[in-house]
Amino acid sequence: MHGKALPYLLLMPATLFLWIFFLYPFALVAFEAVTRDGAFTLDNFRTMAGSWKFPATVRNTLLLAAIVVPIQLTMALLMASVVSRLETGRSAALYVFAIPLGISDLAAGLIWLAIFDQSGFLNTLLSSLGVVDRPVMFLGYQSKLTIFIAVALAEIWRATAIMMVILVAGMGLIPKEYYEAAEVFGASPWQRFVRITLPLLRPSLQTAIILRVILAFEVFAVVAALGGTNLPVLMGETYNWQFTLQDRNVAAASALLILAISIGFTLFFLRVLRVPKEARI
Amino acid sequence: MSAVAETPVAAVADARKAGDWLLIATAILLGVWVLLPIYLLIVNALSSPDQVTAFPKRFFPSFDLGSLSFFINFAGVARALWNSVLVATLTMILAIGFGAPAGYALSRFDFPGKGSFRFLVLMTRAFPLPLLALPLAVMFIRTGLDDTAIGLALVHTTLALPFAVLITFSLFSGIPVELEEAAWTLGCTRWQAFRKVILPLALPGIAASAVFAFTISWNEVFAAAVLTIENRTLTAFLLQSLGESPLYLKFAGGAALVVPALIFIFAVRKYLFAMWGIANR
Repeated sequence: MHGKALPYLLLMPATLFLWIFFLYPFALVAFEAVTRDGAFTLDNFRTMAGSWKFPATVRNTLLLAAIVVPIQLTMALLMASVVSRLETGRSAALYVFAIPLGISDLAAGLIWLAIFDQSGFLNTLLSSLGVVDRPVMFLGYQSKLTIFIAVALAEIWRATAIMMVILVAGMGLIPKEYYEAAEVFGASPWQRFVRITLPLLRPSLQTAIILRVILAFEVFAVVAALGGTNLPVLMGETYNWQFTLQDRNVAAASALLILAISIGFTLFFLRVLRVPKEARI
Repeated sequence: MSAVAETPVAAVADARKAGDWLLIATAILLGVWVLLPIYLLIVNALSSPDQVTAFPKRFFPSFDLGSLSFFINFAGVARALWNSVLVATLTMILAIGFGAPAGYALSRFDFPGKGSFRFLVLMTRAFPLPLLALPLAVMFIRTGLDDTAIGLALVHTTLALPFAVLITFSLFSGIPVELEEAAWTLGCTRWQAFRKVILPLALPGIAASAVFAFTISWNEVFAAAVLTIENRTLTAFLLQSLGESPLYLKFAGGAALVVPALIFIFAVRKYLFAMWGIANR
């Protein structure tokens, strides 16, 4: 009775939804970014870039991504390798490693605040070891470096799980025979990892890196919880333009910048880690 | 003769054993890295306000409910909790309601336009979606959706819908189409066959992706903070009171965010890989 139309009927709600709440708002944000009071202008971008905080904002965001993502990639590969080689306790280890996946970035910021705060656990540990005489202020406005380190640690802690899960799924797709053959020819575990796992894992690596890099440019609540306004990042500044400064055109320009950086990096990693069709498993 | 042959075998066995220990030690170390920060937050949440601000800190909770009861009775918290649950529930319903039919259509039909729909869904992942909240804030004011639970739930659905589509797609793909065809030959209509044969089989997986959608909404900070003023969710409430609220309020709030998330992740642990594994392709 409705043979041909049925798939379209089933897809319609989701498609309409994505048009209205995904594509249209992005067109809107792009429009708001390049207009002011209805007239085309690049002033919003000039205002954004002219803010005294702007250079630090861009630097902090990019630097954070550049430091956090490679460390996370290494840790995620380590976690995934450990999980796929464990025989007993595999699912327990998997669950524990995956826990941060469900934790909000705000909660992650608060968790690390408990550690880095002046009356927090790190100071307690340091003073009981006799390293410091009195509690150090790690997150004060004068200690940008320790704020940066705390934010980086919290980000590494929070978002490694997402990469780990993707990589574990990818490792599951690699045929066991390859490893057996390599073992027969005397390949060491490290050689097997470098020669078999890494190349065949490329599609998953690509997904994991892209997803993670985009999330890294969205860093917001972790910074808000740990550094307040002492460590400005792009998303936080966007929020400021919208709320504190009540200028949604500049906020839109700022959003567009984040978008442009994200898409730029996505295309970059799609190209660099390209997997030819015939090389897929 | 036999003594000579035994040595390399024993050496290999020794190396294996050492490798096993190294593996287990690494697994434990990584587990501690994930769990310790959460434990420290819980210690804070289960200590009295005085203990939270005191120095040095104790590394064990005193099981004093002072912080938690202060948090629950703090003006606005109960309402924020309720809003969080409401928004997350709406998100869950919308994401599954729109996503599951699309997933079913993708798994069962071949039709022109299938590729472009998949592209639309995958494209959402190259975009920093929380930024959508900025243009939508204006759209919502015009349509009266501003500062409502449903308005925020619509934005959160954009985050959760792609996952719902991809997860249900793989779920339905995993159920043999022959089962459905058998039901048709026995006189079921398409809908009856779906409801009586496919749905019961897919239900656990659908429930898992619903929980996943709930978690995404529960944890989201940026859009929630942008779109709600009076009806703030817990994350928005905590974010906006970061500046002035005392430490024990922050930590109790953090724990209130984390504990449900732990339960959610535990509930869907079996499906984590299915979800991310598929989201790969």
